[in-house]
Amino acid sequence: MTTPAAPDLVRLEAVTKRFGTAAPPALDAVSGQIRGGEITGLVGPDGAGKTTLIRLMTGLMRPDGGSVQVLGFDTGRQAARIHGAIGYMPQRFGLYEDLSVAENLTLYADLRGLPKPDRPAVFDQLLTFTDLKRFTARLAGRLSGGMKQKLGLACALLRKPRLLLLDEPSVGVDPISRRDLWAMVEELTRDGIGVVWSTAYLDEAEACDRVLLLNQGKLLFAGLPADLTARVAGRVFKLAGGSGQRRRVLAAALEQDGVVDGVVQGEAVRLVLAPAEDEAALAGRIAGEGHRIAPTEPRFEDAFVDLLGGGPGGRSALAESATPLPTDDGAPVIEARGLTKRFGDFTAADDITFAIPRGQIFGLLGPNGAGKSTTFKMLCGLLKPTSGEGRVAGFDLRHAGAKARNRLGYMAQKFSLYGDLSVAQNLAFFAGVYGLSRRRRRERSQLMVEIFDLGPHLGMSAKDLPLGLKQRLALACAVLHEPEALFLDEPTSGVDPITRREFWSHINGLVEKGVTVLVTTHFMDEAEYCDRISLIYRGRSVALGSPDELKAAVATADAPDPTMEDAFVALVRRSEEAAAA
Amino acid sequence: MSPAAPSPAAPSPATGRMRRFAALVVKESTQVVRDPSSILIALVLPMILLFLFGYGVSLDATRTRIGVVMEAATPVIRDLAASFQASRYFEVELGHDRRQFEDRLILGEVRGIVVIPAQFAAEGAGRGAPTIQVIVDGSEPNTASFVENYAQGVVSRWAQMRMTDVTGGLAGQPAIAVEQRFWFNPELASRNFLVPGSIAIVMTLVGTLLTALVVAREWERGTMEAMMATPVTAAELLAGKILPYFLLGLASMTVCVLAAVFVFAVPFRGSVLALYAVSACFLVPALGQGLLISAATKNQFLASQLALFSGFLPSFLLSGFLFEISSMPEIIQYLTLIVPARYLIPCLQSVFLAGDIWAMFLPHMAVMLLIGAVLFVLAARNMRKRIA
Repeated sequence: MTTPAAPDLVRLEAVTKRFGTAAPPALDAVSGQIRGGEITGLVGPDGAGKTTLIRLMTGLMRPDGGSVQVLGFDTGRQAARIHGAIGYMPQRFGLYEDLSVAENLTLYADLRGLPKPDRPAVFDQLLTFTDLKRFTARLAGRLSGGMKQKLGLACALLRKPRLLLLDEPSVGVDPISRRDLWAMVEELTRDGIGVVWSTAYLDEAEACDRVLLLNQGKLLFAGLPADLTARVAGRVFKLAGGSGQRRRVLAAALEQDGVVDGVVQGEAVRLVLAPAEDEAALAGRIAGEGHRIAPTEPRFEDAFVDLLGGGPGGRSALAESATPLPTDDGAPVIEARGLTKRFGDFTAADDITFAIPRGQIFGLLGPNGAGKSTTFKMLCGLLKPTSGEGRVAGFDLRHAGAKARNRLGYMAQKFSLYGDLSVAQNLAFFAGVYGLSRRRRRERSQLMVEIFDLGPHLGMSAKDLPLGLKQRLALACAVLHEPEALFLDEPTSGVDPITRREFWSHINGLVEKGVTVLVTTHFMDEAEYCDRISLIYRGRSVALGSPDELKAAVATADAPDPTMEDAFVALVRRSEEAAAA
Repeated sequence: MSPAAPSPAAPSPATGRMRRFAALVVKESTQVVRDPSSILIALVLPMILLFLFGYGVSLDATRTRIGVVMEAATPVIRDLAASFQASRYFEVELGHDRRQFEDRLILGEVRGIVVIPAQFAAEGAGRGAPTIQVIVDGSEPNTASFVENYAQGVVSRWAQMRMTDVTGGLAGQPAIAVEQRFWFNPELASRNFLVPGSIAIVMTLVGTLLTALVVAREWERGTMEAMMATPVTAAELLAGKILPYFLLGLASMTVCVLAAVFVFAVPFRGSVLALYAVSACFLVPALGQGLLISAATKNQFLASQLALFSGFLPSFLLSGFLFEISSMPEIIQYLTLIVPARYLIPCLQSVFLAGDIWAMFLPHMAVMLLIGAVLFVLAARNMRKRIA
């Protein structure tokens, strides 16, 4: 812990940064402090200004207004002094992939001026700390995502910094490595190091000692996460008992007065209510007949959405406009039978099997590089399986790939739109690709523009759209041809919670109309929306079941209510033990 | 735990700087050795270019097929036609009507038509230059002017011979003989000056293209950002890039020279010292240009395009490598003054074909260093330790 006399490591005073004069500022008069001996979470969705703020603290950027003081130095004039005393891990892996682990360490030891006699001890300590000892000769490019981040951390720690700046250290890292990383950083704070950990994951925010919550360049909150969560204390409830109806229950609840926010959580629905004199009574009224409602622990995300003025309503104009699909036959719409893909001697996907009945959401959950996207691409017919088969809407992808693809809508990771085409041109292009008739093309495009409120942006280039609008446009393009199966690849990664809720309202609505959805995600909370999940780890399906089943499987007396991530970590460990036995 | 033992007093600034510089050089060299694309650009591409220029391109006057039309068969005309046939530059087909050849000229089967008019004899020798007509295909200007010039040469040489005959000189011995002697490259083999020239092109590739690419790559891969947040200064970063690629450029030049001498049998009449001196001076602007490009763009694609357009093409087109600077339009001639390769190529050609001419090398080296200095100042100004 810091002594009370210790000055703040970082002082931000009305920091403003603009990129281009037309765009809104990336950071708008942000003030705050970073203290030693603590993990300060820099929290916010993509585009909130997290990276910009960290770069300002490193002195690699200058603010347009206000001042940034780091360790008592002004970043504008004394950047060199700062560089000697901080550790910085940029968002992208900043180490040399064609150098080995040991070579990277040596390079950074030289650059940071670590005296030669100290090296063996320091290297040994850091390699033990990061558990990389076995890999010193391996090229950094050959490390897994988690190991890369650990090596980055080791390099940033070579000369014990007073301030450690970590820009989204947990992106692309599997949950187990993420926990390791977090534990390491926590240990550092005990030595008095100040850590800035930026993240878009709100569960990480909850674990920080202190947070700076950013949204669209504005500081929404600074302080203890518990203080933010306190604002929704007593207003968060779990609504259960509407078995199999949770999507409908949620949609209906969100339309009611007094409901600020709601999400699906396994079989239950999680609701945040507006402040009222008697919240319990309000909850009872909202629950109505046949549902159990009980108060539950508030989370950071509940408070964040509340702070933003509440989530969107539960209605989806998209779903309302959709023609219901027949639900008679029980045949699965998407089916994977022993799908296997090998690249050389590397097995990217190993014997993946599942079937998704009509009107269900199925999730492939796993860290980056686990084999989700490979499985996904085989099912879209973009990649030929080494063995096994995939079927979509009854068509075998090996023989009738084109027919199958016409029945499915695909939303790629990072919304693969044509950045240089305008919104209208993107819509027209995708309508053309799916072979819509001239009349239908016009009708559907018009409808999408109305539903997603794209009217004011029709002439804008897709690449200039804010992230939320990009995501809407990508969804619009994927459902233009009314597909009966939707493939969503990391659909809401990095978007703000409001946009994410809006997105899932549409998906939930479509599913109610009989659309079948396959979604990949590394985002544990997103898995809660799925009817069933396959946990993918190192190319294999480790477990398959509904979110509640998976969580129940790992519940213990100590932890009766595990999170999805707890379940993931425990199930992976279990399967590794089984393999070892 | 404490991740790093509290270290004793920091090294003095000077040793710190040297150590960082050494670390960057080692890192860069390791990457060059491991990265197949660096080796490709530095060693394989030069060999390909050298072989291309050494074997593929030849600017030599070879036997060119032309049609010679004798509109009448007088002895004088026949004598002149025989002179054409005797020329080692032409392969002559004789005819009596130009229409015989017109179609074939269009098809490109003959490169020109020389018409010796019927009245040629009447005009006779002695009263000014006899008039013949040369028809060439203007769409191929190089060949056209070649045919035109050599045809003229044949005629004037023939006329001189005739003159001597008429004025009663020794038979077959012209009064004024022009004896041609080509210094330094007596065989006039174009390979002998193309190969030294292509070494300049190769060094432009290594110096400018490779340097521009490797810095842009650091931006793209995010390594630059991590690097910049360490105590490294912008000058150290620049210097750490320059030294390895400077040496790589010289290595690549050495390989080319060895190939030139031992594979292409290009003579080497100068000294090794001069070779390395002029090459080293050339690498200064080449590297400076590469660094300037990479400071201006952080994207490998753009960097390679810029390097090709501002480095490779000018070295190729405006350096006197393929095209004589003296025959360029005046304004372009001024433009060539800022192309560093323009100063290197004559030096290299001298080192190979003539020997050390320091009186020419020194001013050329000075100009290259001057251009290099300007580029380095510009690069250092643009390469601040800032992201935006």
